[in-house]
Amino acid sequence: MPPREGTYGLLAEFDTPSDLVRAAQKARLDGWRRLDCYTPYPVEEAAEAIGFHRNKVPLVTLIGGLMGLVAMFSLETWVSTLAYPLNIAGRPTYSWPAFIIPAYEWTILWAGLSAAFGMLALNGLPSPYHPLFNAPNFRAGALDDKFFLCLEALDPKFDLLDTRAYLETLAPVSVVEVEY
Amino acid sequence: MATSELKPGNPDHGRWIDPATGEFRVLEPGQTFKSVTAKISDIVLTPHTPLGWFALFGIGGAVATFLLTAVTWLFLKGTGIWAVTQPVAWGFAIINFVWWIGIGHAGTLISAILLLFKQGWRNSINRFAEAMTIFAVVCAGMFPLIHVGRPWLGYWLLPYPNSMTVWPQFRSPLLWDVFAVSTYATISVVFWYIGMVPDFGTMRDRAKTPIAQYFYGLISLGWRGSVRHWMRYETASLLLAGLATPLVLSVHTVISFDFAVATLPGWHTTIFPPYFVAGAIYSGFAMVLTLAIPLRKFYHLEALVTERHIDNMGKVMLATGLIVAYGYGMEVFMAWYSASHWEYFMMWNRMFGPMGWSYGVLIFCNIAFPLTTLWVRKLRTNIGFMFLISIVVNTGMWFERFVIVVTSLYRDYLPSSWGTYRATKWDFMTYIGTLGLFTALFLLFVRFLPMIPMNEIKMMLPGAKIKPKEAVAGESH
Repeated sequence: MPPREGTYGLLAEFDTPSDLVRAAQKARLDGWRRLDCYTPYPVEEAAEAIGFHRNKVPLVTLIGGLMGLVAMFSLETWVSTLAYPLNIAGRPTYSWPAFIIPAYEWTILWAGLSAAFGMLALNGLPSPYHPLFNAPNFRAGALDDKFFLCLEALDPKFDLLDTRAYLETLAPVSVVEVEY
Repeated sequence: MATSELKPGNPDHGRWIDPATGEFRVLEPGQTFKSVTAKISDIVLTPHTPLGWFALFGIGGAVATFLLTAVTWLFLKGTGIWAVTQPVAWGFAIINFVWWIGIGHAGTLISAILLLFKQGWRNSINRFAEAMTIFAVVCAGMFPLIHVGRPWLGYWLLPYPNSMTVWPQFRSPLLWDVFAVSTYATISVVFWYIGMVPDFGTMRDRAKTPIAQYFYGLISLGWRGSVRHWMRYETASLLLAGLATPLVLSVHTVISFDFAVATLPGWHTTIFPPYFVAGAIYSGFAMVLTLAIPLRKFYHLEALVTERHIDNMGKVMLATGLIVAYGYGMEVFMAWYSASHWEYFMMWNRMFGPMGWSYGVLIFCNIAFPLTTLWVRKLRTNIGFMFLISIVVNTGMWFERFVIVVTSLYRDYLPSSWGTYRATKWDFMTYIGTLGLFTALFLLFVRFLPMIPMNEIKMMLPGAKIKPKEAVAGESH
């Protein structure tokens, strides 16, 4: 992330997931697009509320799995027929039923690694620094028992004073400014 | 219904019943997000380590030195120090390998299969069951490696271009094992770690000391709980569960191929894959109970790991135990029905030969005792009894592998080549040493990592319900 200065956004704190979902739905309907919710556990309704419906993790996993499958099956075929053919009890060198098992394991191995590391990459993790960690109340509650809505300064509608007043209408516990 | 009989004399027991379902509650009522975070993370973040932990860790570490000694001697002298010879060329090493891998399977079952089946009660026990899986695989993986004779050349098992221009033989079940077990170990570690990342974020934010903040900050990867991240995380978890499910079934299937692909009476049978998988889950749930029962007592986690969990695990053990019993029955039936002289003799010898006592132990520990008592709910919710059953079943499952390996091998087709098997002290030291290693690793996990997934418990709390009447449609201002 390039170094930035100024305001990252305004962070509203809520006590319950229902308050957060209601606020997020309202903000989305009122035209906010650069916004995010922060919750201590997955809240599907909050993701729906900010318009995040699908992600690319399944695609990454599928591609990884297929690559594992093709890689191991071709390796086995090449090794057994060309590189190092062995006569095992007179069986054909291309004994594909036996090759299925390592190929199956590698499908799972690479699909699983793609799912895990693809998820992290799509999330932009690891990212040890994030401006939100500067907010005084964020680290005290975001992964414990508090629910946050952040309207980001990159949104064209963002204006420090107006947006703060807007967030106050959503009945949060508090609204704080987050700096880079 | 029958749940009301649980504690008839206890006036308190009413609040344990969920009025919506009439079932015993998964969690003790009255938990909040804050209390869950505090309860679980304080076990790790407290500067005060209980004395009992040190005592157990000391015992585990001391026992693990047996392993160190035995393996050092093995590397100096070779596998001749074990009892493996002709005709019993496979001994403790393979028995322990199969036993440990089997124990690991319950962890994957709990974390993957029960997640796909939306069994919410698993959330309390899945983290330490997964840890159990990983440490069991560590113990299991050691046995084939030290059994190859020259373990420093173990990498020859992998297909890689080398100056000898030699490649592995992909038609061998022993090579399939390499891929099955290495995939299983990798995916288990990844699944376990990814599952802990959000909890590490919680620990990072709650840690008081700079070392803990730095350590948990590093391994939390900067998790901040964005719902976009959570949704990808949930997708990845479900996909990993969906991948781990066929994986766990395939791993013990492949291990059973080590036996079933050989043309030896007692091994060459098609029932092996399902019967091995069921046996693995049976012993694995027993091990989860062996660990969970002292753990919930010691760390006062009765509110999160409740009698409902113990009861449910008893039911899973009953179901898988019955599959195992069917497997034993079918083996005996086929020995008679096949009309094969060799099969028939193998089964007769297994039951009544010089090592028949081991078959008796197996039947008592796996069938006679647990499968008669686990039907009774009173016994399934009796903590002491369940602890006893878990030890008995683990013993029984070890004997199952002993019976399969040894009693099939020691009297084969030619009476002139008959022999016997007497494990040496090095065999015993290696086996007992892995128990110590497992204990020590598990205690380190309990001390330094959150043993119950906080975020998954929070999803089950009543406070996590989104109230529909507050939806935006009803808003006027």
